[in-house]
Amino acid sequence: MSENFRSTETKFLDKTNRISFKYNGKKYYGYKGDTLASALLSNGVHLIGRSFKYHRPRGIMTCGSEEPNAIVQIGGNGPFTEPNVRATEQEIYEGLEASSQNCWPNVKFDVGGINNFISPVIPAGFYYKTFMWPKKLWYSLYEPAIRMSAGLGKSPTQPDPELYDHNYLHCDVLVVGGGISGIIAASISADNGNNTVLIDDKNSLGGSTIFQDDENFKIDDEISSVWLNNQIKNIKNKKNLIIKHRTSLAAYHSYNYLLARENLGDHKSLNERSNKLRQRLWKIRAKKVILATGSIERPLIFNNNDRPGVMLANSVKKYIDYFGVRCGNKNVIFTNNDSAYETAISLNKKGINVTIVDIRNYSSSILVKNAKNAGIKIYWNHTVVDTKGYRRIKSIQIMEMSNDGTNVIGSKINLVCDNLSISGGWTPMVHLFTQSGGKLKFRDSDQVFLPNIAMSDQISIGSCNGNFELDDIIKNTISDCKNFLSSSTTDFDLIKVSCPKQKENKNIWLLPNDKPLGKTKPFLDFQNDSTAKDIKLAMREGFRSIEHVKRYTTTGMGTDQGKLANMHALGIISETAGVKMGSLGTTTFRPPYTPLTFGTIVGRNVGTFFDITRKTPMHAWHENHKAKFENVGQWKRAWFYPKGNENMDQSVQRESKAARESAGILDASTLGKIDIKGTDASEFLNRVYTNAWSKLGIGKCRYGLMLNEDGMVYDDGVTTRLSENHYLMTTTTGGAANVLSKLEDYLQTEWPELDVWLTSVTDHFATASVCGPNSKNILKKLFPNIEFNDETFPHMSFKNAELDGIHCRIMRISFTGEHSYEINIESKYGKSLWEKCMDAGKEFNITPYGTETMHLLRAEKGFIIVGQDTDGTMTPIDLQMDWIVSKKKYDFIGKRSLYRSDTMREDRKQLVGLLTDNPSEILEEGAQIVQDEKKQPIEMLGHVTSSYFSPNLNKSIALAVVKNGKKLKGQKLLVPMKDKTIKVTVSDFIFFDSKNERLNA
Amino acid sequence: MFIITCPFCGERDQSEFSAGGEAHIVRPKQPTELSDDEWADFLFMRKNIKGIQFERWNHAHGCRKWFNVVRDTSNDKIYAVYKMGEKPPSN
Ligand SMILES: [Zn+2]
Repeated sequence: MSENFRSTETKFLDKTNRISFKYNGKKYYGYKGDTLASALLSNGVHLIGRSFKYHRPRGIMTCGSEEPNAIVQIGGNGPFTEPNVRATEQEIYEGLEASSQNCWPNVKFDVGGINNFISPVIPAGFYYKTFMWPKKLWYSLYEPAIRMSAGLGKSPTQPDPELYDHNYLHCDVLVVGGGISGIIAASISADNGNNTVLIDDKNSLGGSTIFQDDENFKIDDEISSVWLNNQIKNIKNKKNLIIKHRTSLAAYHSYNYLLARENLGDHKSLNERSNKLRQRLWKIRAKKVILATGSIERPLIFNNNDRPGVMLANSVKKYIDYFGVRCGNKNVIFTNNDSAYETAISLNKKGINVTIVDIRNYSSSILVKNAKNAGIKIYWNHTVVDTKGYRRIKSIQIMEMSNDGTNVIGSKINLVCDNLSISGGWTPMVHLFTQSGGKLKFRDSDQVFLPNIAMSDQISIGSCNGNFELDDIIKNTISDCKNFLSSSTTDFDLIKVSCPKQKENKNIWLLPNDKPLGKTKPFLDFQNDSTAKDIKLAMREGFRSIEHVKRYTTTGMGTDQGKLANMHALGIISETAGVKMGSLGTTTFRPPYTPLTFGTIVGRNVGTFFDITRKTPMHAWHENHKAKFENVGQWKRAWFYPKGNENMDQSVQRESKAARESAGILDASTLGKIDIKGTDASEFLNRVYTNAWSKLGIGKCRYGLMLNEDGMVYDDGVTTRLSENHYLMTTTTGGAANVLSKLEDYLQTEWPELDVWLTSVTDHFATASVCGPNSKNILKKLFPNIEFNDETFPHMSFKNAELDGIHCRIMRISFTGEHSYEINIESKYGKSLWEKCMDAGKEFNITPYGTETMHLLRAEKGFIIVGQDTDGTMTPIDLQMDWIVSKKKYDFIGKRSLYRSDTMREDRKQLVGLLTDNPSEILEEGAQIVQDEKKQPIEMLGHVTSSYFSPNLNKSIALAVVKNGKKLKGQKLLVPMKDKTIKVTVSDFIFFDSKNERLNA
Repeated sequence: MFIITCPFCGERDQSEFSAGGEAHIVRPKQPTELSDDEWADFLFMRKNIKGIQFERWNHAHGCRKWFNVVRDTSNDKIYAVYKMGEKPPSN
């Protein structure tokens, strides 16, 4: 049995709740409250994965979201699997399965590890340079090689079975971070009458003070952890304070709009989770924001500083004091500051062997005195120059430093150890502050970037604002919050704080070594495997901007966004380039602060909730009659109605013939409808359509073409004059919303003097379109009181009517070229109208047809569909629709653009018909059209926009846009396809009944 | 995601609005009298300022009214909101 590294009792875990989990197939145990990292460490497991580029063994390094190495796949192989989970944040649950990623074939024997031995040829820019040439090897060699050996986890292959949610939250004050400063701030804010929300990413509040049992840190004469514990009990009872655990802030946008992810299920076993929410995305709008996001410890940069067993000192303290886990039996602490001495003292108190290496000459701190008194050996003015041990650190070598810190002197001392705790000082977490647009300043004394100018109503407090000592943290938090929240008194006004103070500071970004830099591996970015020499190489190659160096060396580009690495990269760049760090600036911190799952981002908007589905009132009838549907915008439109075993082609051929031979019926309810009223309605139509409207008689209909101001066709449709000052405009199905917006824009901004009122009535009316030689006979049966003859009810006119007492509007208009009527009725009677039409049409074999047949029938007539035969680059002239452009009107939208030199070019792409030489061959829509296949480069003349086999003409027909098409009529062109070239002849685009005789048949 | 004060409805989330580009570009009353260049200037040319910009917004998912906004495009700070037809604030 392996050694148990759980050495001490801890009140933070539930020892009665033992939990089993699997890591790389092997069963381990931990306790409720453990993270995967603490549970593994308690079992003596340090080695977690392989590094990205060199495949060096890497171990758990931290205890939080900044973890670069301990990235695992959890949830086995099923739909619950998730890659890139930080073991330091994942709480264990019964049955948890975790495995290493980035290791092939396994974590202990790794083929990619060979990169480690050939690493002199994998310097910075390796991926840019090596895999650039020859290009053709990319798909066959480079990419598979990189993916095979460096894959960062596996994506799930099954749909995510879990539920996610989005929720809005409005509050007076949002406090981010539940450490000591966040707790004090939340308390002051709530006491001051503000609706306050406190969010914290851990399962319990208290930050690092909650396990600070050192007697040198006292608040109101109590040990700081005891005092804080009481405060936490206090704030839980405050009425106007909401506390959210396991909630991490992902993004901080302008105007205090923030996104936070609340974890509701990730710490629960799969059984407990079923049908419950996994994660919730909070969309928070806060009047004021208090950032108390803390700071993270810096590593130190020296040769081979990446072995499993090298950890951050404060994390080692948390593992022993919070989780009761020792990270080694023989510890060395390597530091440049006093805070790491707290770790040494904690370990020493628990009887664990510890030695200290300090790059400073001396420290006057009480902590150092205590360490000495406890008998801990301290090597002053020494640095680590090398480490040994492959899967776990075994020993380190240290040397004395020269006075200026640039060199090492004397002989090497070998220290045997199984843990090296490093501390290079502290970096305030200013990520969220900068995400919100805040500007930073640089503090030279301890080389930190601090919040300076905020763009919204917010403050930063505690160590994220550069306060690192307990008395500063507490006193500044209190006074800053009082100012920020305008509160005159607080419960904390008489607080007494005592703590050790650090007086001796020393910082060296890249520690000296006895070997030249080229022979060492001082890692900066552990996740992306970039070293100090990569940074220097990038600078030798001329990179200066921090953003460029970052991308060239990939420093800070991992899933941890370089939380540990960035400061050292900046430090080394500034030293090498001889510029001040403050003037160098930082890289941009972008959301999310920690990775978000897709599920959280998407929330409930999946499956049928992905988008709105609009259905016509007749939808149920279509469904009952086995219609196939097509999506047109958000609408479901009947596409065709297969009979028996018919495929789409067969259905469409049957429907098309029936519509022309006897009668067809189409559900046209989806067409956009805009009700236009007002004394200037006619003038308004004159301005928005290309043709003239003033003379349209009451009860008459007219087709209109609408342009953009650039002269390009935007929409079309028939508009009916219902009465003197009342029109009903129809638009294309897809264009309805945009047309309304455009018309409103002109009315409100350009022509506010016009008396015109627009109302969208698309959903108010259902429309059945009955066409074919027998349409008149069917309408006669339905509306016996109406006279249906060409004199009293001619083509392009309208009549009010009643169907069983329900008001209808009947327009005699046609999109098929047949004698045709559109009947509009209030939506709720739509289905009944349809059924009555079907009944009345039964003796005439009335045939329902879908959008596909509609497209075919109109193509036979050469009627365009805006958006299919046009693409925003076609003028009416290009469409050979000169007849619809009024020459007399002084102005309309887009008119001036029709006379621009470019729109008047004669060789623009123009709408033409195409006939295939072999009449049974059907062109593919979108196919390119050329004249000369041999010419290099081949010249694309245009493309096919609509193509069908016409059952009424018994041949294939197509519409196309072709360069200079008007002049090419009768000429042969080619349509090259993958396996053949189709010969075509340019033709007129009205293929059927060009004299419009059928309209009045 | 900023907050815009619609002059008709009050403070609302940006997601209720749609942007309409640079403000105070009046459609010429007599387009036919303009040269190609003058028309192109109206049709295509926009300033795209980094800094204080006068721009049009529409309360698309609200009252559907168009209005003008003075916004600093570098930090999204909104300095003024005023109705169509009103004069822009001078400072
Ligand atoms: Zn409004």
